[in-house]
Amino acid sequence: MAIRKGRGVAAINYPTGMNLGGDPSQALVHSTPTGNFMVSLSSVDLGQGLKQVMAQICAETIGVPTDLVTIDTADTDTGPHCMGTFASRGTHRIGNAVRQAAEEARQVMLEVAADELEVNASDLDTDGTGNIHVKGAPQKSISIFDTALAAHFKRGRSISGRGMFLVPRSFPETETGAMKPATCYAHACVVADVEVDDETGEVTVVSVKNVYEVGRALNPKMVEQQLVGGSWMGISHALYETTEPYYPNREHGGTDFNQYLMPGPGDLAATETIVIERPAADGPYGAKGVGEMCANPQIPALANAIFDAVGVRIDSMPITPERILRALKAQAGEMRTG
Amino acid sequence: MARVPVQFTLNGEERAEFIESGTTLLHALRDTMGDTSPKGGCQQGTCGACSVIVDGELRLSCLTLAQTCEGAAIETTAGLAAGGVLHPLQRAIMDGFAAQCGFCTPGMIMAAKALLDHTPNPTREDVIEAISGNVCRCTGYEPIIAAVLAAARSNSQNAG
Repeated sequence: MAIRKGRGVAAINYPTGMNLGGDPSQALVHSTPTGNFMVSLSSVDLGQGLKQVMAQICAETIGVPTDLVTIDTADTDTGPHCMGTFASRGTHRIGNAVRQAAEEARQVMLEVAADELEVNASDLDTDGTGNIHVKGAPQKSISIFDTALAAHFKRGRSISGRGMFLVPRSFPETETGAMKPATCYAHACVVADVEVDDETGEVTVVSVKNVYEVGRALNPKMVEQQLVGGSWMGISHALYETTEPYYPNREHGGTDFNQYLMPGPGDLAATETIVIERPAADGPYGAKGVGEMCANPQIPALANAIFDAVGVRIDSMPITPERILRALKAQAGEMRTG
Repeated sequence: MARVPVQFTLNGEERAEFIESGTTLLHALRDTMGDTSPKGGCQQGTCGACSVIVDGELRLSCLTLAQTCEGAAIETTAGLAAGGVLHPLQRAIMDGFAAQCGFCTPGMIMAAKALLDHTPNPTREDVIEAISGNVCRCTGYEPIIAAVLAAARSNSQNAG
């Protein structure tokens, strides 16, 4: 009986968004009379930072500071349609819709500014701090504040735009079953080191080293917090979490979240996380979805590490001490009979 | 049930209310006093989201009867940003991106404050022990541990 060390590796491709029946999201952008910008969405921020990233995308596209953008996700009854926040789709799908809406609003804004400056709209550019100027002649400029005032009170224009992003449904080909379930994929690779006690079946995750390819990290700190939390959650999926922890009688199963096991702050593995950016061709500023992807590769990596440590393949989750001991017992039985 | 008077200080302010006898401190704070910073997670003392400080000690407000707090000094996260200036723990949680959905955050902050009030220069193990009664689903805990240690460092720098 001993503590046995093992190392496992896993790599994954993870699709951004979903395919069932098409995957649309819409956005509307408009300016207030004083040049603040409102983005109306039905999308929900679960805490991953959707509002922040949508504000960044809108601000970058229109050419204003991010704090001039307000994201309104108030009501799915009245907002433009969104399929929802799931399937790692938010940044990619909703971000594309926001970008398209912001581009249309920007065009109107530049047309109003062009009228005010008596120049051609195609000769105008923004400086990102709230001003519009003639390319090559920054002294000939107008603030977005004054442009919005002019649009509202003088020119009778609505500085606004509509955004619609749809990934159409992909039907499988009858003969081959081939289809295109996603337009872009995030990637990850994990190396996990474990120690397995072959007497108790207990697994200690010594370390996980994660490399994530995320498209472009639009907000690097928020991407990092997703990845760090996701890595922990992947370990939790692999080794802890189940609604039916007691075998074989369902009556012994958990009835509440307080019987739903997750690793606590004292159970953390040494975790290293590296981000690689390969912008997606169809993502807003190159972004892909990272939400779910980051919690997946730890699972096969840990299963492989446990196999490396004690030589048993566990193919159901979570990989509990009980399952490891049963597998070890079966393996020993095979060796005796073999 | 009978309505009974209860009187205590909440974040330094004298409060006196009538509550239903048997009301938990969590519901008295949220429903009667209007302080929704303590969260009702499990309502049975296992998740820590309702954590508050009563007379300097960390307490689960969902398991504490409000009547037992007569005359006590109660602190919640809502009272931390005195004069609009964030508490070092709040600042560190923000700077360290140590909150996502935010539901555990007020309880985490009170658990950490109870630690730092007693142990201004905690070790990593002290921090882990202090927040081990608080469940977080989003962060993986590491950013929270780092934020509490950072807040302790900024406190000692300010004090020194």
